[in-house]
Amino acid sequence: MAKSLVQEFTKGLWKEIPPFRLVLGLCPTLALTKTVENGIGMGAALTFVLVCSNILVSVCRKLIPGKVRIAAFIIIIATFVTIVELAMQKFAYPLFLKLGIFIPLIVVNCILLGRAEAFAYKNGVIPSIFDGLGMGIGFTLSLSALGAIREIFGTGFITIWEKPIHVMSDAFVPFAFMVEAPGAFVCLGLMLCVMNLLGKK
Amino acid sequence: MGDYFVLIISCILINNILLAQYLGNCPFLGTSKKMETAIGMGMAVIFVLVMAGALTWIANKFILIKYDLVFLQTIVFILLIAALVQFVEMFLKKSIPALYAGLGIFLPLITTNCAVMGVCLINIKEEYTFVESLVSSFAYAAGFSLALILFAGVRERILLARVPKPLLDTSIGLITAGLLSLTFFAFKGMV
Repeated sequence: MAKSLVQEFTKGLWKEIPPFRLVLGLCPTLALTKTVENGIGMGAALTFVLVCSNILVSVCRKLIPGKVRIAAFIIIIATFVTIVELAMQKFAYPLFLKLGIFIPLIVVNCILLGRAEAFAYKNGVIPSIFDGLGMGIGFTLSLSALGAIREIFGTGFITIWEKPIHVMSDAFVPFAFMVEAPGAFVCLGLMLCVMNLLGKK
Repeated sequence: MGDYFVLIISCILINNILLAQYLGNCPFLGTSKKMETAIGMGMAVIFVLVMAGALTWIANKFILIKYDLVFLQTIVFILLIAALVQFVEMFLKKSIPALYAGLGIFLPLITTNCAVMGVCLINIKEEYTFVESLVSSFAYAAGFSLALILFAGVRERILLARVPKPLLDTSIGLITAGLLSLTFFAFKGMV
């Protein structure tokens, strides 16, 4: 094996961090980053599905014929998404309401299909787990970072588990543009620009 | 009749699937570099989305609700959409090769386009009737194409402009999309 497990894990955190470097899975990135909390919730759900589907795909990789692999991946992913959906409904109902249709839409998130096709189908179980964890955590981190920026500038404070934490001074006038739809696009674009600047060094 | 008109306007302009609901953004950024691909993708989405909207509505009403299987919604919908896309692809290849030549390469991409799945779910969530979901599917898809084609037009012009290096490609694309989204945001006061 050319790359160590640590490398499989860390590549998801910076070198191939999903929404920025791969430009995949943009829809939840844009829609669910109004607040940090949503970002973390979505990230956690996606990480779970990603790790589970990576494991199952890599276990079954010898059994799935090449021609129907995409269909097989979709069924595997959809199964885990349904599990997450039902579990969230039971244990985290307020979050379930906030994330809304974006939970079933994890099925069509390109990151999942992309990792199944590009990594799990070609590698063993253990590297696939690390790959899934790394990608999932990278996704969660970028969602929370984007969520934090938008929430701080848009409202002036961060709400985590119903407790608002004031970040800006009282004189700060909330920049409401950031929490609306256009702000999401502009903010993500600027973050990409900053990452490009940093990445060149 | 007036209700349908309001529904169409709100689906195309006010709740634009790309710029206000943030669905289907991967193809939005991926296929908007050239006008031709943007038009192809837009047409393919209209074509598939109307059929998918009808099919998922029927499946939901007559199979899932009837046999109390609503928890399987996600799996059933994605399989229906994937099968539909595959079927449309084969059908077009066999009987309308001219259309297939235009839409062919975009069809497989549509399976993972969250706009299609998203609209099907919205139709169910809003409890639209059959005709309403047909109309809203069409209008959402038309809104998708409208935004995509507008965006492709802007992006072709950006190619000619001198953009600072770190902003190149996706980054400037997103900021442009933000401005476009701002214009659509103005429609919010209409209804």
